[in-house]
Amino acid sequence: MSLVELHAIHKSFGELEVLKGIDLKIEEGQVIALIGKSGSGKSTLLRTINGLETINDGTIMVAGKKVGDRDTDVLTLRLNVGMVFQQFNLFPHYTALENVMLSPQVVKKQSKAEAKDVAEEMLAKVGLADKMMHYPDQLSGGQQQRVAIARALAMKPRVLLCDEVTSALDPELVNEVLAVVRQLAEEGMTLVMVTHEMRFAREVCDKLVFMHQGRIHESGAPEDVFANPKTPELASFVGGLA
Amino acid sequence: MAYEFDFGAIVPHWQLLLDGVVLTTELTVIGAVVGVSLGTLAAWARASRAPVISQIVGIYVELIRNTPFLVQLFFIFFGLPALGVKLSEFQAAVLAMIVNLGAYSTEIIRAGILAIPKGQIEAAQSLAMNRVQIFRYVIIRPALKKIWPALSSQIVIVMLGSSVCSQIAAEELTFAANYIQAVNFRAFEVYFVATALYLVMSVLLRWGLKIFGNFLFERRSHV
Ligand SMILES: Nc1ncnc2c1ncn2[C@@H]1O[C@H](COP(=O)(O)OP(=O)(O)OP(=O)(O)O)[C@@H](O)[C@H]1O
Ligand SMILES: [Mg+2]
Repeated sequence: MSLVELHAIHKSFGELEVLKGIDLKIEEGQVIALIGKSGSGKSTLLRTINGLETINDGTIMVAGKKVGDRDTDVLTLRLNVGMVFQQFNLFPHYTALENVMLSPQVVKKQSKAEAKDVAEEMLAKVGLADKMMHYPDQLSGGQQQRVAIARALAMKPRVLLCDEVTSALDPELVNEVLAVVRQLAEEGMTLVMVTHEMRFAREVCDKLVFMHQGRIHESGAPEDVFANPKTPELASFVGGLA
Repeated sequence: MAYEFDFGAIVPHWQLLLDGVVLTTELTVIGAVVGVSLGTLAAWARASRAPVISQIVGIYVELIRNTPFLVQLFFIFFGLPALGVKLSEFQAAVLAMIVNLGAYSTEIIRAGILAIPKGQIEAAQSLAMNRVQIFRYVIIRPALKKIWPALSSQIVIVMLGSSVCSQIAAEELTFAANYIQAVNFRAFEVYFVATALYLVMSVLLRWGLKIFGNFLFERRSHV
């Protein structure tokens, strides 16, 4: 049984069909990179897996259970599926520590002490043990993004979705965030990431999924996909990057 | 012959003026606390996507913002008894202020809510928070912070507007001034003093709201 299974997912915004039947299985411990041109539906697909977009058709199964459209179903889904965004989206009125503690306290009803222990552990993990009392506007972009990762991890999700987590960063800050993601991958965290960092994807991922015009056009192990793309679209996408 | 000023003529009535100041303060405090709470809930309803509630709130807001406060007050005090709701002068005045400030603060607070970046709400959703939790922990404090100066001004406007409540004989400051000048015929002196008192109260209220805002939005760790 896969951790997450998407079957025949269709999604339209008005007249525009953005996902045209997506089938995807995410296995426990797998690290998947979603690549493709701008507008191909990568973000929409990730948002769908997190219940941030409703779907028009198809089914989503998480840990063997079908996700219905009731509010509680979506909340349960999100307990298993964490997400990190391109814009870090930290809560500006809370310190780094409070950002990480908030959801475990209010959603999981953890005690303050318990939530604090977990939050300190997660912030240390992303290398921010010395910045816990800083507010978001006192942190660099790379630091903010690492807090956002710690915040998602504190909920102990079974899979973490990352949507271009380094795209809003200055070039010199990209690596500190990628290092954290790489470490998570090495620890066996299940990850699905949209990325334009092809070298990173190649080194870290087990599977590459190429999206084109709302469909999964081609997928496979990164070595194969990069070395011998089967479709002209992927060939030109990979070629365009070289 | 030139008018001879005699501020001493007010002194025997100081107790009345003081009572008026107290009543105006009571009206303002209750009106502000309950009115802003009402406005907060209404703004949340209006910003959420529950169409029916949102429309009802919309009608309420437009109804109040497009009619005079005096008429709203008369409606509550003289009109509602026809429906069997008989309120005292004070109750009617408080209710009118709550309803009035509620409508104006709905629009002000809604602007603050809409200014919260969508990404922050999505981040909260992805952390499995429900609507109520998101509103309470993620939205309301930054939203109020953004609009606090505008909200403070509105509260001062409502405090000054409470002078209209003298029209239904609620014994606030303006009522006291009207009464005193009717017995001592010292209109200039009485209204001069009343004006000064309103001015002082406005300044104090603004200052108090500023301090309270600083306290609410101050950066202090909750851990
Ligand atoms: N909320 C929305 N309303 C209408 N159209 C949308 C919405 N969100 C996305 N779209 C459209 O859906 C298509 C796919 O968008 P999506 O953001 O999934 O692409 P993407 O692959 O993530 O692109 P990028 O690499 O630029 O982030 C685009 O044409 C986009 O304009
Ligand atoms: Mg995208």
